[in-house]
Amino acid sequence: MSTELTQTSVLVTGSRRKARRGGQPRSARKRWASVGMATGAWVSSLVLFFPIAYMVLKSFQTEQVAASAVPQLIFAPTFEHYIEAFDSGIWPFVINSFLVTAISTLVVIALALPAAWALSVRAIQNPQDSLFFFISTKMMPIAAGIIPVYVVASQLGLLNTTAILIIMHLGMNLPLGIWMLRSFMQEIPGEILEAAAVDGASSWRIGFSIVLPLMRPGIASTALLCAVFSWNEYFYAANLTTTNSTLPLFLQKFLSFGELYTAQVAAVATLVSIPVIIAGWIAQKSLVRGLLFGAVK
Amino acid sequence: MSTTLASQADETTEVVGIEPIASPPMTRAEKWKRRGPLLPALVFTLLLTQIPFLLTLIFSFQRWRLLGAGEAEFNWGQNYVNVVQDGVFWRSVLNTVVMTGGTTIACLVLGLLIAIFLNHAFPGRGLARTLAITPFFVMPVAVTLFWKSAMFDPSFGLFGFISKSLGLPAVSWLSEQPMAALIILLTWRFVPFAMLILIAGLQSAPQDQLEAAQMDGAGLIGRFRHVTLPHLRPFIELAALLLAMNLIQTFGEIALLTAGGPAYATTNITYYVYLTAFNSFDFGQASALGIVALILTIALILPMLRLLSGIFKTEGRR
Repeated sequence: MSTELTQTSVLVTGSRRKARRGGQPRSARKRWASVGMATGAWVSSLVLFFPIAYMVLKSFQTEQVAASAVPQLIFAPTFEHYIEAFDSGIWPFVINSFLVTAISTLVVIALALPAAWALSVRAIQNPQDSLFFFISTKMMPIAAGIIPVYVVASQLGLLNTTAILIIMHLGMNLPLGIWMLRSFMQEIPGEILEAAAVDGASSWRIGFSIVLPLMRPGIASTALLCAVFSWNEYFYAANLTTTNSTLPLFLQKFLSFGELYTAQVAAVATLVSIPVIIAGWIAQKSLVRGLLFGAVK
Repeated sequence: MSTTLASQADETTEVVGIEPIASPPMTRAEKWKRRGPLLPALVFTLLLTQIPFLLTLIFSFQRWRLLGAGEAEFNWGQNYVNVVQDGVFWRSVLNTVVMTGGTTIACLVLGLLIAIFLNHAFPGRGLARTLAITPFFVMPVAVTLFWKSAMFDPSFGLFGFISKSLGLPAVSWLSEQPMAALIILLTWRFVPFAMLILIAGLQSAPQDQLEAAQMDGAGLIGRFRHVTLPHLRPFIELAALLLAMNLIQTFGEIALLTAGGPAYATTNITYYVYLTAFNSFDFGQASALGIVALILTIALILPMLRLLSGIFKTEGRR
């Protein structure tokens, strides 16, 4: 709250100074400035959100209405594309998407929590080196590793399975999970842990009865973000699976149906985006916290 | 929402993280005890990232076509000669640079502008921010397909309608301006990400310095240039690094929007490796491409990597 208050006071003193100089009434200047800022903010937010709103709108149109040259804002809504979506063999893909997302996210958290501990609370020597290694794996072009992954997976009979997607998503999300969980763990006040250690609590005890409960919000938002990235992942799905895959691949295959498909794509796109949008809205603030406070501080 | 945001910004300055408790030199046993919890994640990541890399390196020195006759055999670096002489490859490098650079810059400029707007209190700020962040979370494949038909299509896309309403000829975006179309779509998706990081930066701007500058008579622009912008620098750098890291890997948008075309106009390195491996089934050649891509990526990102390790070092000294 304090930040906001100081900002307001800056604004007030600023306008006072200008008011004295320019002779304008101070409140008018201030009001114009904030109206301008608020307008800019709302316009840019609505522009960014517009394609999504437009997508939801189109999903309730018939293909003919959706394909008209002039965008139709008033029309008789139809639910046919949603009914069609559920009738078109989407369920195996839905189940696969949920499986891959849930399992890979759970394992990421299970591996990243102890790793974050070893990089913050009871830190190894030079934890920065390990952190740097983890994030550097995110910079390796995915294309440089996909061929061996494909070859090995085909030899192990893992092509076109959810198992290979789970493994690849683990590799994809683990660095993010470690980074985020570590920065949340670092925010736990050291005195609490020291006090527990002085009282003779073991590392296990401190970990499970003090750190873990305090970390719950951090774990939740880390898991949500990993789940979003796993749910949306397309590169591995496209290269390592064909028929037994996740929702992004289902959507891609949808395209081969019919001449007009805008409204149908919009309906499926809306359906599959609902879970991630909700997860993203819940986790949005922690995304910044997790990414930033590890690096810029 | 604004309250939590502000308090969050306070935490940056007030909450001191746990100092690594490493004052006395550790015994061997103690060192391994501390490494223990890290090992599963470390070993897994090493296996999953380093082994494929080594295998790619081996494959890249082999003649190995799935459709051709014969076994894979060592071919004395012929694949690398082919890569260097391949005009399409250099085209894909240029495309990668244009796509990554263009989108990163657009995201930073627009993201900073929107962050400045959203950093001030106004009615419904939480809602506006939430709406603005949404493009980053929606399924990329889903929105790409939607943009392809509902936005970029020359006959019934929204962009066509807008240009016709303005009396301009409708642009067939995907065949005439495919790169611009991709950059527009990618910018839309990644602006929210840049915005989030830069809002956090603005929230933690040093208020005392801003006030001091004001006392000294600095105007709004002066304060922004001399106080806010230097403070924002690490945030801008981090945003640039994370954006470039993501954008250099762009695959789905290209595959679905333009399929790399027309005539390789939007094929980036990632997509070219994919085409070589899974359309031409030339695994040896594709592996060499992957290795060259890795070297180029490191060359492109290394300056930014240094920066990041610099940030880490500073944090270590804290």
